[in-house]
Amino acid sequence: MNSSNPPTARQSVFRAVDIAKIYQMGEVQVHALRGVSVELYEGEFVVLLGASGSGKSTLLNILGGLDAPSSGTVHYLDRELTASDPSQLTRYRRDNVGFVFQFYNLIPSLTARENVELITEIATEPMDALDALDLVGLKDRSDHFPAQLSGGEQQRVAIARAIAKNPKVLLCDEPTGALDVQTGIVVLQAIGQINQQLGTTTAVITHNAEIAKMADRVILLSDGHIAGIERNSTKVAAQDLRW
Amino acid sequence: MRKLDRKLLRDLYQLRGQASAIVLVIAAGVATFVMSMCAYRSLTTTKDAFYRDYRFADLFSSTHRTPDALLPRLRDIEGVAAVEPRLVYDVLLDVPGMSEPATARLISIPDRGQSELNQVYIRRGRMIEPLHSGEVVVSEVFAKAHGFVPGDQVRAIINGKTQVMRIVGIALSPEYVIQVQPGSILPDDKRFGIFWIGRRDLEAAFDMTGAFNNVSVRLALGHETDHVIDQLDRLLKPYGSVGSYDRDEQLSHRYLSDELSQLRGMAVMAPAIFLGVAAFLLNIAVSRIISQQREQIAALKAFGYSDFEVGAHYLNLVFVITVGGSVVGSIFGFWMGANMMGMYEEFYKFPSLEFLVNWPAVAAAFLMTTVAAVVGTFVSVRSAVTLPPAEAMRPEAPPSYQTSWWERLLPKRWIAPEMRMVIRNVTRRPLRAGLSIVGISMAVAVMVLGNFSLDAMNYMMHFQFRLAQRQDLTVTFVEPATESVMYEVQNLDGVLESETMRSVATRIRFQNRSRRIGIMGLLPDPQLYRLLDADEQPVRVPEYGVMLNSKLAEILGATIGDQVIVEVLEGKRPTLTLEVSAIVEEYAGLNAYMNKTRLHEVLLESNVASGAFLKVDPNRIDAVFAELEERPGVGSVTIKNAMMQSFEQTVAENILVMRSFIVMFAAVIAVGVVYNTARISLSERQRDLATMRVIGFTNREVSTVLLGEIIIFTALAIPLGCLIGYGLAAITTAGLDTDNYRIPLVVSRNTLLLAASVVVVATILSATLVQRRVKRLDLISVLKTRD
Repeated sequence: MNSSNPPTARQSVFRAVDIAKIYQMGEVQVHALRGVSVELYEGEFVVLLGASGSGKSTLLNILGGLDAPSSGTVHYLDRELTASDPSQLTRYRRDNVGFVFQFYNLIPSLTARENVELITEIATEPMDALDALDLVGLKDRSDHFPAQLSGGEQQRVAIARAIAKNPKVLLCDEPTGALDVQTGIVVLQAIGQINQQLGTTTAVITHNAEIAKMADRVILLSDGHIAGIERNSTKVAAQDLRW
Repeated sequence: MRKLDRKLLRDLYQLRGQASAIVLVIAAGVATFVMSMCAYRSLTTTKDAFYRDYRFADLFSSTHRTPDALLPRLRDIEGVAAVEPRLVYDVLLDVPGMSEPATARLISIPDRGQSELNQVYIRRGRMIEPLHSGEVVVSEVFAKAHGFVPGDQVRAIINGKTQVMRIVGIALSPEYVIQVQPGSILPDDKRFGIFWIGRRDLEAAFDMTGAFNNVSVRLALGHETDHVIDQLDRLLKPYGSVGSYDRDEQLSHRYLSDELSQLRGMAVMAPAIFLGVAAFLLNIAVSRIISQQREQIAALKAFGYSDFEVGAHYLNLVFVITVGGSVVGSIFGFWMGANMMGMYEEFYKFPSLEFLVNWPAVAAAFLMTTVAAVVGTFVSVRSAVTLPPAEAMRPEAPPSYQTSWWERLLPKRWIAPEMRMVIRNVTRRPLRAGLSIVGISMAVAVMVLGNFSLDAMNYMMHFQFRLAQRQDLTVTFVEPATESVMYEVQNLDGVLESETMRSVATRIRFQNRSRRIGIMGLLPDPQLYRLLDADEQPVRVPEYGVMLNSKLAEILGATIGDQVIVEVLEGKRPTLTLEVSAIVEEYAGLNAYMNKTRLHEVLLESNVASGAFLKVDPNRIDAVFAELEERPGVGSVTIKNAMMQSFEQTVAENILVMRSFIVMFAAVIAVGVVYNTARISLSERQRDLATMRVIGFTNREVSTVLLGEIIIFTALAIPLGCLIGYGLAAITTAGLDTDNYRIPLVVSRNTLLLAASVVVVATILSATLVQRRVKRLDLISVLKTRD
């Protein structure tokens, strides 16, 4: 990606304005976001970097339509997510968003291929489930159950599942958080590849600064605020990352 | 197949132990319901067809002697469609190979053509032929009890003369679907038989040419019974009518009606219990699976599965279980129903009693089960539906525990940490703990409910036939016997003690309520036929006034000190006003008693007797029978022990079948609840338990934590279950309370012990099954999984 391109020349996919989020965790009230404004652009690879509890997962969940902010507005293209009812949010996720979770969230009772098909069945323009698994290099393990796959393989199945619907945006929450370095790199390669080959707008949450090197832009979060936004002049390929 | 449905099947396979247990609980409820409803339909359909095809009468009346000339006037009563005059006599029968006499009820049938009402269905042989003297058709149960076939001969003592009757056919009648001798509460196939005989034969034997002593009436459609009864009584009164009655008072019909209402009761109670338990089990199983699958639900929703699709997914899981339970239950219900028909065939005689499937009932069973399941799982499924996906991504907040107030009261060292975990876990979810206890207690209750009927029956027999009635034989006379006849009977060789009684047909009235009953005149302090109060204490027959049994008192609404009106329906038909002087306990029939001497006075008669109670030397009983058979005045002889034995045999067999079903069903509930509760605890607390194992607790100590809960539940459930069982037994006895008989509310200690034992065994069994899983806990992987 050419860093000299001014960001304003590209279409904004997400536009969040002054969002805050307070939620109840057991008997404790948590201020997860305290007024965050941010924009994500078409086709870019963004890393949301922050320590545990900085509010990055909350931000991602709000962008993905999984959660609503306590205040502020969020737009996806022309659509105001904050004004959508739950069924419109479901429709939005179904048609536009691919998720990758830290703990994979695969359905243990379904095989790799069936996990992907679970999503392609309800998508409007899906790719073939096997092609999706092929993209993450797991075509030959398609009949294995999650319990028969390693953590990295499970996460790649989760990525295949996320992209199989041809989503406009791919949201990844600590995709390598539960993985060792080697496996983590394989998973990041898969994500990078999807971003480049399919042009899917991609946001990755991590607390690992090393991963930020592969992003177009890095948004730093701290204690529910945006602490800074950095643009990488040179992107490092996933296979060259070390931590 | 949709991938979501495939997930459902695999989840179900994972849950197979729990799911099967729930399927069985549902199946038990559905089976009982389907069985009752199919039996109900089969019995009703068969009964209605038999009544219709063989023209069962609507009204019945007995008289002394009514001339045939009155028939046109009876037929002219508005609302009467058909009238059938008959001669009906009870006589003694000398059956080869049986020392004691049997009672034969001889019923006349027209010499030409069929009877208009209460027609006879010929099972074997043929109908009697016109004017073939001495031919009879005999009822099937009696023929079967004695091995009679067409061509056999029996000797009857008719009006003092021995007469040989030739059996030409074996038959059934809608009037005697069940054959119970009047005055008896139980059928005795060996000693009471119905014989249909040509009218001319009976006319000759009893000198009744041109007259009848019994009339049956069929009502025209849409006419009121009461009006016709009044007209009948008015016309028949001069001829010694003791009052007409409708089918409700007709013995065979009443037994059938009682059976049908019992089936209906069972059809209400069984689903209420079993489906209630199933709903609870589904509730805990589904809420557990949903909380285990929080993250899967979150993923589904994140990828755009709608709330509705997620909810439907879990409801489908529930439906597979309920449909499974309904199918298994229906099939089992059909099988039980078919078995039940076999049992009914022993008691109720129809041309054919076919098992009919009651499809609307089957549909109702499916619907009820579905409703129960949806009610049971609604809250859990809704929690899956409304679970915000973002929240589901986060691990559940740790459950908050508290030390309970009574834990603080006791010194810490008194309670081991394991026990404290158990107690806190129980008290943290008091509702679930309470429902588990109620669930297990239902198993106890079902056992109590299923077995108390035998206790009640035993008590009833004991009370009625050992404590109250201590005679060996009851002899009734065709006509009130004079002192000399009584003297003869009382002094027969072998008779040890005897008491005479006088009984008259009456209508007893209090305020606007009345009943047709027999009043029995007894000696002041009877020793053989005693009257007892509810505390089993003998009650003296007072010199004045009338004693009512408790059921009659209840129906009339009369109590001690009230003045009741008694219209005597025999002889000079006096109307008396009598004070209720005592109320006595009896479990059969509606009866009233008074002082015999006083009864003679009001009837303006001498010292006569309708019958006698005899205590007989067991060694000389055959000689007594032989003598009694010789006496023309003797109308019937009832042998108490023989009747009890024959009853106990039949009932014991049938109760055994029902009992094994009940034990099985109770075990299903107990295992279902205990196994499910333990499995859920295990699944919820795998991490805790594995952690305990890792830090050095033994398998045994860890099992204490898991099974301690179950043991507490079972221990509390047993007394509660006994109470609930007692309550259900009370509801059942109230439902079975009929004019015919009452079931005393008696639950024996053995029944309670048996109920407790079955549940304890079921608990041990399920605990063992679950404990095996504790041993297999994979410590490392359990600690790794994020739950």
